[in-house]
Amino acid sequence: MTRPLIAVLDYGIGNLSSAQKALVRSGADARLTRDPALARDAAGVVLPGVGAFGACMDALRAAHLEDVVYESVASQRPFMGICVGMQMLFTSSVESPGVAGLDVIHGTVELIEGNVRRPQMQWNELHVENEDPLFAGLPKTPWVYFVHSYSAVPKDSLVVVATCEYGKNLTAVVRQENVVATQFHPEKSAKDGLQLLHNFVSSCS
Amino acid sequence: MEVARVIPCLDVTNGRVVKGVNFVDLRDAGDPVELAARYDQQGADELVFLDITASSDNRNTMIDVVERTAAEVFIPFTVGGGIRALEDARGILRAGADKVSVNTSAVERPQLINEIAAEFGVQCVVCAVDAKRTADGSGWEVFLHGGRTPTGKNALEWITEAVQRGAGEILLTSMDRDGTREGFDIELTRAVCDSVGVPVIASGGVGTLQHLVDGVVQGHASGVLAASIFHFGEHTIAEAKALMISQGVVIRPV
Repeated sequence: MTRPLIAVLDYGIGNLSSAQKALVRSGADARLTRDPALARDAAGVVLPGVGAFGACMDALRAAHLEDVVYESVASQRPFMGICVGMQMLFTSSVESPGVAGLDVIHGTVELIEGNVRRPQMQWNELHVENEDPLFAGLPKTPWVYFVHSYSAVPKDSLVVVATCEYGKNLTAVVRQENVVATQFHPEKSAKDGLQLLHNFVSSCS
Repeated sequence: MEVARVIPCLDVTNGRVVKGVNFVDLRDAGDPVELAARYDQQGADELVFLDITASSDNRNTMIDVVERTAAEVFIPFTVGGGIRALEDARGILRAGADKVSVNTSAVERPQLINEIAAEFGVQCVVCAVDAKRTADGSGWEVFLHGGRTPTGKNALEWITEAVQRGAGEILLTSMDRDGTREGFDIELTRAVCDSVGVPVIASGGVGTLQHLVDGVVQGHASGVLAASIFHFGEHTIAEAKALMISQGVVIRPV
């Protein structure tokens, strides 16, 4: 099997190389890039993210990658957001009022509430609500690693395919056609995370 | 639900893992990347690398360790030791670490915490605090340089300030217990865990697996850190987690 080319969008904030390295380990020819031509040629596109919503959106726009996201999503090729890369796909976040998100998925990103420590910085069980090719070969309740203080609330709850319980049920994975996104870090989730990335890589051809 | 974490700590100098007893008699415990990969396979939840030499000419050695680890190990890891400026944090995070831990440099210049949090987010900033009970027993004082240098700072006050400045996690070491194998300072651990809203990792004094359970159940720690009981094959991560689960601790099973 040839290794599908996956563009990992590099807008220069934080640790983005871990996602790229884990995708390579999962069978992809994954490259960190800000080159729109390379993203256009790629079989799949990944938007990683670590840090604050507003800082990431600003950096994404400064790197001229916003249109690359829209183009990739519209092309129907597999697209994956990770952590803040997932949150940026939403309309807005209370973390950074006034900063427009990408609005690929309608909804907001809200502060985690309840009698729990913030950030949620731990492994947690994934509760699969709707079967998805992303979960192929995974145990019934996979364990994955979360680091976040904010959580996405989609307008259409049907896009939520997995949740985790932390204070209350939080959105863990969303799926909207070719777009899939995880609040947790599959690249830091040991073998279950690598299996999930392998499933994404397999969907890219 | 809150889920506890078991975190092996690797003390690294010149690219090798060492573990000393009371900071002397450093025994060579191997290649950090190999050990990290083994802990990942065994079911460790996270790893901490502490660069204990941290001289400036050693920085590139550590960057290399971080890069090689990030390519082989797919669990989160923190790097501490010698993070004196924003630029040091940037180098370590770019190389593939998930978090940086600051200690002495943050006490000397607390603004460093704000700077790293502003650029990389609070989840990247761990504030490591070495605390020692005061002579009159009324509280705990922050010490620097492996417990040698008193600061006059009250540990609980400093931790509260660090969190306000943007520390997303506290790595709390009892200098009274470190190296003794007598267990965590439970009173200290609980005092800190109950007074801050961010996760707290307990460290210093683990000699048995029961100590790990006690850190979570009695100390209320979010995670428990240990070194020697894992490095020399006394116990595996699986044994640690089995005991924790048997005593009701919620943790990722191996």
